[in-house]
Amino acid sequence: MDKLEILEGRKQQVYEKTKEAEAFDIKCETTSLSGSVSQRACVFCGSRVVLYPVADALHLVHGPIGCAAYTWDIRGALSSGPELHRLSFSTDLKEMDVIYGGEKKLLASIIELVDQYSPKAAFIYSTCIIGLIGDDIDAVCKKAAKETGIPVLPVHSEGFKGTKKDGYKAACDALMKIVGTGSIEGISKYSINILGEFNLAGEAWIIKDYYEQMGIEVVSTMTGDGRIDDICRSHGASLNIVQCSGSMIRQAKMMEEKYGIPYLRVSYFGIEDMSKALYDVAKHFSDNPAILDAAKKLVSREVSELYPQLLKFRNALSGKKAAIYVGGAFKAFSLIKALASIGVDVVMAGSQTGNSDDYAGLKEMCDEGTVIVDDSNPVELSKFILEKEADLLIGGVKERPIAYKLGVGFCDHNHERKIPLAGFVGMLNFAKEVYQSVMSPVWQFAPRKGGFS
Amino acid sequence: MKTAKTATQNACKLCNPLGACLAFKGIERCVPFLHGSQGCATYIRRYFIGHFKEPVDIASSNFNEDTAVFGGSHNLKLGLQNVTRQYKPEIIGIATTCLSETIGDDVDMILRGYTCTAGMDQPSPLMIHASTPSYHGSHIDGFHAAMRATVEKLAEGGPKQNLLNLFPNMVSPSDLRHMKEILKDFNIPYVMLPDYSETLDGGPWEEYHRIPKGGTPLNAICKTGRAAGSIEFTSILPAEKSPAGYLDEKFGVPRYQRCLPIGIRQNDELFALLEKLSEAPMPEKYADERRRLVDAYADGHKYVFGKKAIVYGEEDLVIAITGFLREIGIIPVLCASGGKSRLMKKRLAELVPDLDGLGIKVRDGVDFVDIEEEVKTLKPDLLIGNSKGFTMSRKNSIPFIRIGFPIHDRFGGQRLHHLGYRGTQELFDRIVNTIIEYRQNSSPVGYTYM
Repeated sequence: MDKLEILEGRKQQVYEKTKEAEAFDIKCETTSLSGSVSQRACVFCGSRVVLYPVADALHLVHGPIGCAAYTWDIRGALSSGPELHRLSFSTDLKEMDVIYGGEKKLLASIIELVDQYSPKAAFIYSTCIIGLIGDDIDAVCKKAAKETGIPVLPVHSEGFKGTKKDGYKAACDALMKIVGTGSIEGISKYSINILGEFNLAGEAWIIKDYYEQMGIEVVSTMTGDGRIDDICRSHGASLNIVQCSGSMIRQAKMMEEKYGIPYLRVSYFGIEDMSKALYDVAKHFSDNPAILDAAKKLVSREVSELYPQLLKFRNALSGKKAAIYVGGAFKAFSLIKALASIGVDVVMAGSQTGNSDDYAGLKEMCDEGTVIVDDSNPVELSKFILEKEADLLIGGVKERPIAYKLGVGFCDHNHERKIPLAGFVGMLNFAKEVYQSVMSPVWQFAPRKGGFS
Repeated sequence: MKTAKTATQNACKLCNPLGACLAFKGIERCVPFLHGSQGCATYIRRYFIGHFKEPVDIASSNFNEDTAVFGGSHNLKLGLQNVTRQYKPEIIGIATTCLSETIGDDVDMILRGYTCTAGMDQPSPLMIHASTPSYHGSHIDGFHAAMRATVEKLAEGGPKQNLLNLFPNMVSPSDLRHMKEILKDFNIPYVMLPDYSETLDGGPWEEYHRIPKGGTPLNAICKTGRAAGSIEFTSILPAEKSPAGYLDEKFGVPRYQRCLPIGIRQNDELFALLEKLSEAPMPEKYADERRRLVDAYADGHKYVFGKKAIVYGEEDLVIAITGFLREIGIIPVLCASGGKSRLMKKRLAELVPDLDGLGIKVRDGVDFVDIEEEVKTLKPDLLIGNSKGFTMSRKNSIPFIRIGFPIHDRFGGQRLHHLGYRGTQELFDRIVNTIIEYRQNSSPVGYTYM
């Protein structure tokens, strides 16, 4: 097979850490190169990812059928009550709608669906062609809100208008329209909103439980197991804690600006970061030492329970090599630490949407020889996995078959996971999953281990 | 509470470009390329991966705001260069999306003005362009449009050869392998288009295969214009949209439309046609398979007789399954599809003469909320269709038999076998066992024998 080369237009988005102090200037936060088979999606995807878990809202996709069909119940974002988010609604625009406009169809769709499902609010996502055919979705939403009596929120998520990150922004802008509209009476001084946590496999419940054990009130989670009423009163919280590097930082910043609510960036993956997420919040509420005491107790209890169990995995996995390719780069930091705690070295770290600070941070954390990559593609990913002899790839659904084809273990750290990987219990699950995949006897038949292809 | 009818809820269809990408995956050394936003390619890749469990690389011209304003020409050309450089394809299968269609990009004109400068050491890839706006039709239209565009581009005329074209429709890799086996056993030289039996269901790799091996070779597609006949497994595709229709009109290659061969009668028709075209009798192996199937029908008939089923999926699949179900005494109380050729009811009436007498409802252009409403009144014993029906089956406690595409809540969807006597046998076994399992699980006795 001939040599795999990195496309000319992508060379600045790939970096390998070496001894020589080479200038580090990775190109990122740009749109994907045409024809590069990016692993990224689009603006619409960014918005859909952020808003999807709001379970008592109607999510109506305005456009032809594809966008709604491909996002029907695709994530493991759980709800403790209503499950409206697991349904798929589309205006299913046809040729005539494209010619004459889809506004009437949109309005009728909203009114009928609100009548059928009685949601607390409706998010109306515009897809690629909406701007082009001239539909004024803001005006339609206003009219629909008036007629239905619920907030009808336009989400400007035309696929081509930027990258997935712009979709995050559009989602946050939509949420900000209802933040501040609910009553904040009775909210504790020691209260938080959990932002950028989507309750995949029930992870938000684990995190929420930790904070509640510390005596902290969780006003809202945005958007895992999300409820419109909670979001409406989220401005009554004293602090925002933000997970996931890209998706909801904007929300936190807007809430800081508008309501003076400070925010902290946290991660719930791995012992170190999970503990820090609890301690940082406790320190923020330092006028109440009981909170810090409770945090210490919680961490020490969880860690003493977890640590001996991790040892077994660490012994087995020691010296194994992992490649990481995730959506947001912030998660990669936690994963590097979490993998280190079970003896696994990271040989490649990449993300779809990291920024230059993220990549500088990754460079600091990584060992020599580690490849750092922005907005990669299957050809590059497989090249790095093979060159660096990785035993494990951590990524999402689209990366999974790349790993398996090449005879490499895989851990799904994306939206479809069914087992929680956050929190202390999540660290144990993570170790188990890595162990089960890396140590499986099936790889003995893989060509790279001597099996025939 | 009234059911909302204007919007589509839980669609029973996918979009046009998805079908085109699947079909292009069945051409040797071809990379599918979507002219539109990055998201279309990524969502469709993700969707295929869920079913096929294989890497599915689909390129995108990756529109941005400038592209939408000034046209997609620059991005398309740059994208084609980059795909050529990175994948070294022989063919690039370009499908449009709603975005590029709405801004009015004239892809054929852009392609005429495009010269490949990438990889001068290799011949520039051939470009095939299918128009597949997602506001028109559904995924199955894209599938056929891609194959129509392919033969329009590549088929050549000339003296007729001892060659048969097979357009198998959107079936599983396992089905495709079986069809090839049948044609080989009949000793008929053939071209099957598309053929993703290997590209989407292949073995392990030592290094990344940018284009997995397999697929219908380019030179074979060129020969389709000289074939002695084309068989296409569809009864709703009009000549002007069909690849076989094109070959018939342009090169006088006779077109034989047949139902997807599911069930004894539909397979008898296919095998009779193959006997005629090959001037050879059906190989004994298939006569044996037919005998075993007839025997199995007898062994299992009581479990299935009179059971009511709802069948949904692409129209051609629904038609074929309905024909099969009538052979074994199951009443398909609802035949439903998200597609809308307007021919489904007519074809079903031809296939099942007592359609109305049996109270069989036929509905096209429906979504899963429509189907679920029917579930409530029709109270079927079985649901037969793709994974999208699972929630409905669970909510209403109805046994569920998974067929077609997509299968994303079970393992091995790409290996499900539906066609031929053998595929029918597998399907029949699964149906009978599903009924027995349901009965066994809900019985207080827990019979250990059937």
